[in-house]
Amino acid sequence: MFALLLIFFSFQSFAAVLPDERIDLMYHGYDGGGAQIDGPSILIRKNLGSHVSVSGNYYVDMVSSASIDVEATASRYEEERKEQGFTAQYMVDRSTINLGYTHSKENDYEATTYSLGVEQSFFGDLTTLGFGFSFGDDIVGRNNNGVPDPTFKKPMQRHKYSVNASQILTKDLIASISVDSATDECMDLLDTDTCLNNPYRQVRHLGGDLADPERYPHTRTSDAAGVRLMYHLPWRASIRFDARTFADSWGIEANNYELRYIHSYQDDWGFEGEVRVYEQTEANFYSDLFPFENAQNYLARDKELSPFSSITFGLGVTYELPKGLIPYIEKSTVNFYWDHFDIAYDDFRDARQSKSGDFSVGNEPFYELQADVIRLYFSIWY
Amino acid sequence: MKIMRFVTLLLLCLVTTACSIKPWVKPYERQNIADKVMSFERDPVANSYLHHVYDARESARGGDGASGGGCGCN
Repeated sequence: MFALLLIFFSFQSFAAVLPDERIDLMYHGYDGGGAQIDGPSILIRKNLGSHVSVSGNYYVDMVSSASIDVEATASRYEEERKEQGFTAQYMVDRSTINLGYTHSKENDYEATTYSLGVEQSFFGDLTTLGFGFSFGDDIVGRNNNGVPDPTFKKPMQRHKYSVNASQILTKDLIASISVDSATDECMDLLDTDTCLNNPYRQVRHLGGDLADPERYPHTRTSDAAGVRLMYHLPWRASIRFDARTFADSWGIEANNYELRYIHSYQDDWGFEGEVRVYEQTEANFYSDLFPFENAQNYLARDKELSPFSSITFGLGVTYELPKGLIPYIEKSTVNFYWDHFDIAYDDFRDARQSKSGDFSVGNEPFYELQADVIRLYFSIWY
Repeated sequence: MKIMRFVTLLLLCLVTTACSIKPWVKPYERQNIADKVMSFERDPVANSYLHHVYDARESARGGDGASGGGCGCN
């Protein structure tokens, strides 16, 4: 690593450009599958001199949930998750060093993430290469009747290594690739204990009700590779294509593809439309309905570990406010984005239907989830 | 991890031969690339929120250029 850094910094170069100084104020909302999650997110980015850029982000999720998992085992709950993040970028010549810290806390989960990244541009700034590493230190907790259980604290560590490259291919075409390898690992747990699952979720088996807790392996390792292409059209617009493939040590394989069109109108309006498709296979210890109690070592009935496919449609509009409208502000925009998720589960049945007596266990209709996501934000550059 | 080793080796080769390749898109030909409609991550707050929603609803993670973090999504 040290040798690589020496090579990076030995280049003669032009000065790199610091990111824009800006403030973003966003309201975000998610509504789907019985869960409503909304809250603010605020980002402030400021330059310190000509080589350093720092940013701070404050984010809140206010959750009110009666999702299918909750309805099958418990009653609606409300909670709040707060996240603070700080980043620092140091730029010298064509190189950038990024440091990051994020802390997220809710009453039954606490996560701390540290990240380090290095980027370097080459070939007259046609190519940018980046390496990244992040380390996460989490505590998984559990509530009993809405009160945190002091005896339930499961430590978990996360590691992620990534390599990114972006490339200007022609005067109208840019591409980027990203390869990641990540590991989540429970720390200091008994063999019978578990930390990577939701501690409230239960599996079900023939002849029984939802009664047995999920039990996952203590580690999960995953690899992902993605490519993005963006092409400038002859008019003031671009078209973008994203593709990603993913595989993990639990047997899940996933692919997604996304197409996006971005159109600029009269310089102060921007419009976006996108469609994204996603599909995945199931974890090898997932079952909607196990044959009997403790049928295997590991047990999961998480719909996110089940086989499913989804399609997402998104629309967005951006308006740049007239210059001078806000004193001392260089530029400001108002933005609204709406995304609609449509998820069809291939092996996750709606267990509420058998609880109500409409269907027998194992013959309920497959679950489907529709969700709407909105992002409304105001951005200023100063 | 084999993929990671291969990519690292490939990038090291690129790094050490960087000086011999001339840029084929000149700086004065990059006005379209610099256009605001050509940014992969134009608004960081909005992008990271959508990544968060995908991470919560799907098993796949990474491979999208995002730095990632603990979100308590399980």
